[in-house]
Amino acid sequence: MVVTTRMDVIHEVDVERRLAWVGPGVVNLDLSRHLEGTGLHFAPDPSSQQACTIGGNVANNSGGPHCLLYGVTTAHVLAVEVVLPDGEVVMLGAEEGRASGYDLRGAFVGGEGTLGIATRICVRLTEDPPEVATLLLDFDRVAGAADTVSAVIAAGIVPAALEIMDQRVIEAVEPFVHAGYPLDAAAVLIVELDGLPAGVAAAIEQIEAIGAAHGARTVRVAADEDERARIWKGRKSAFGAIAVIKPDYYLNDTVIPRTRLAEVLARVYEVTEERDLIVMNVFHAGDGNLHPLIVFDAREPGVMERVLEAGEEIVRISVEAGGVLSGEHGIGLEKKRFMSMQFSPADLEAQDRLRRAFDVEGLANPAKVLPSGASCGHVTSLGRAPDGTWV
Amino acid sequence: MAAFRDEVGDAGMVCVRGGGTRWMVGAVPGDPGNIRHVSAPVGIESIEPAEMTVVVGAGTAVADLASALAEHGQEVALDGPVGATVGGTLMVGRDPLRRGRLGEIADVLLQADCVGADGQVFTAGGPTVKNVTGFDLCRLLVGSLGTLALVGRVILRTRPVPEAWAWMAGETPTRVVMDALYRPAAVLWDGVRTTVRIEGSGADVADEIRRLEALGLIVADEPVLPAGWDRWSGTLPDGGVRALGAGVVHRPGPVEAPEVSAGVRDLGARMRGAFDPSRRLNPGRDPHHVKA
Repeated sequence: MVVTTRMDVIHEVDVERRLAWVGPGVVNLDLSRHLEGTGLHFAPDPSSQQACTIGGNVANNSGGPHCLLYGVTTAHVLAVEVVLPDGEVVMLGAEEGRASGYDLRGAFVGGEGTLGIATRICVRLTEDPPEVATLLLDFDRVAGAADTVSAVIAAGIVPAALEIMDQRVIEAVEPFVHAGYPLDAAAVLIVELDGLPAGVAAAIEQIEAIGAAHGARTVRVAADEDERARIWKGRKSAFGAIAVIKPDYYLNDTVIPRTRLAEVLARVYEVTEERDLIVMNVFHAGDGNLHPLIVFDAREPGVMERVLEAGEEIVRISVEAGGVLSGEHGIGLEKKRFMSMQFSPADLEAQDRLRRAFDVEGLANPAKVLPSGASCGHVTSLGRAPDGTWV
Repeated sequence: MAAFRDEVGDAGMVCVRGGGTRWMVGAVPGDPGNIRHVSAPVGIESIEPAEMTVVVGAGTAVADLASALAEHGQEVALDGPVGATVGGTLMVGRDPLRRGRLGEIADVLLQADCVGADGQVFTAGGPTVKNVTGFDLCRLLVGSLGTLALVGRVILRTRPVPEAWAWMAGETPTRVVMDALYRPAAVLWDGVRTTVRIEGSGADVADEIRRLEALGLIVADEPVLPAGWDRWSGTLPDGGVRALGAGVVHRPGPVEAPEVSAGVRDLGARMRGAFDPSRRLNPGRDPHHVKA
């Protein structure tokens, strides 16, 4: 095992050219804090940003609420110094964007450690928006929130973030954060708009109207930075707060077409209720990126089987709705058995060609991402969590 | 895709030229021999403004796609000379002139249905706007000049057309113009004049126009890519206009694609070898021969 967490130096920040060179062990939020006052920021903001590192963001091509407008990590990485599995050190990409040749930087990001090890990363820095508005809409139906999301996009508005939290999440979070989420709401929708003032003001009006047309009970615009921060704190601390309900959780991550959010969410509730499980939904609705969170107590006999069965069913429903296995958490060990739900053998073979070019001998994280022929798409035992499952 | 697959077959050198408008990009000197020419499927399958995606044949002209999308208030981060195709533009991999707002071409390709060198159809990526399922073949394909696989059908990310926009130009230093603006779509410099494209809501654009006028810029025509040019950079002829970096970089010197090391070249060669061991796809092209 190779650990890069101590390679945590911010080597250089070039404000003029809007880029920074960092070690892979730099914590995401530490980079943001370091940049305060420069008028620039690193756009990817996973909910785990207090703990996750830039190297991890590169390996997983991480997202976060604001990647709806700004794009996931790969759109913010200009170059990566990589130690290839054969020991060769290469610089993929360039400060000025594309190097000549294939986009090997683009191929590397999201490689989950199977293509080499990043030792230095050049990230693009994004201008801070002059105006930011955070809205909180609440609904008495989850479908109302979901339909508002697709109507906003269909109206030609691309907010910086569009996040949904359902009632169980609200109930868990509100007592700690006091964000002002209505406890009787079936769902809240957080909308963040940024840009120049007139455009933001116009979009607020449009979203108020769209929300009302889809059953929003109230639309609250955060009055100041403190209120904004509390609305976001509730969203970002959701996973911690659920411990009050059950000691263990199983978090899924799939993407579906955003126009099918309401229908797929209804199926997610059904699938879990049928198995006598509690599901909480807190997710990046604007991207159609679901994060169903099944909470349980692993000491209860047989519960793990039901949790994993529900998880697999949610993946299947997502793919059948025209979606994909993962939006930002990746495949790792856990989801490789599902790869054949989405990909044909020829598709997987093409992905393996990419991998073999980087790692001829199959040395780097060999068991991850692509299924081996034997285990391809078939689950034989649910007696325990499969290797690599995050519970 | 089936007809395209059959035309490509599994043996013999074969190429897709697209519109041929930038066919010399990445050309390797020498005669590769007898090459069959095939064309990618043409036509728009579906436009989904609520998903911000479009499904289109790679042989479709970029201009035709743009006018179809405009009817739905959408646009895509692809541009190129008149006659350029969707597939050709992706394979050349140049960023659009307005990349400060539209985004980079590498972010456009969500899914590609391809024919590989072995004659098999495979799909890279997925249909949704966010996807980290498996390796990022789509990014590898953009800018690959058709040397890894031949792209037949693609799903692209679209964006809503801005409410208002303006081109403005003047002899004000680029840095001063940049500091006055938030996320301009394009910043160009021809050695004397700075030309910018601003986009957004009507009131914001009107406000930015006033601010730029106070700095000495006036509303200008959209610049036209000089004949024979394949991109907005490089050696600057009289009257030419150069895109500066990502539209937000302010370097007046020539923009050259940085040279890569021997290790990177080796990795690139292994990549090509892994996808097309007999080098039958678009022979005579090499992304390492692309000049900035």
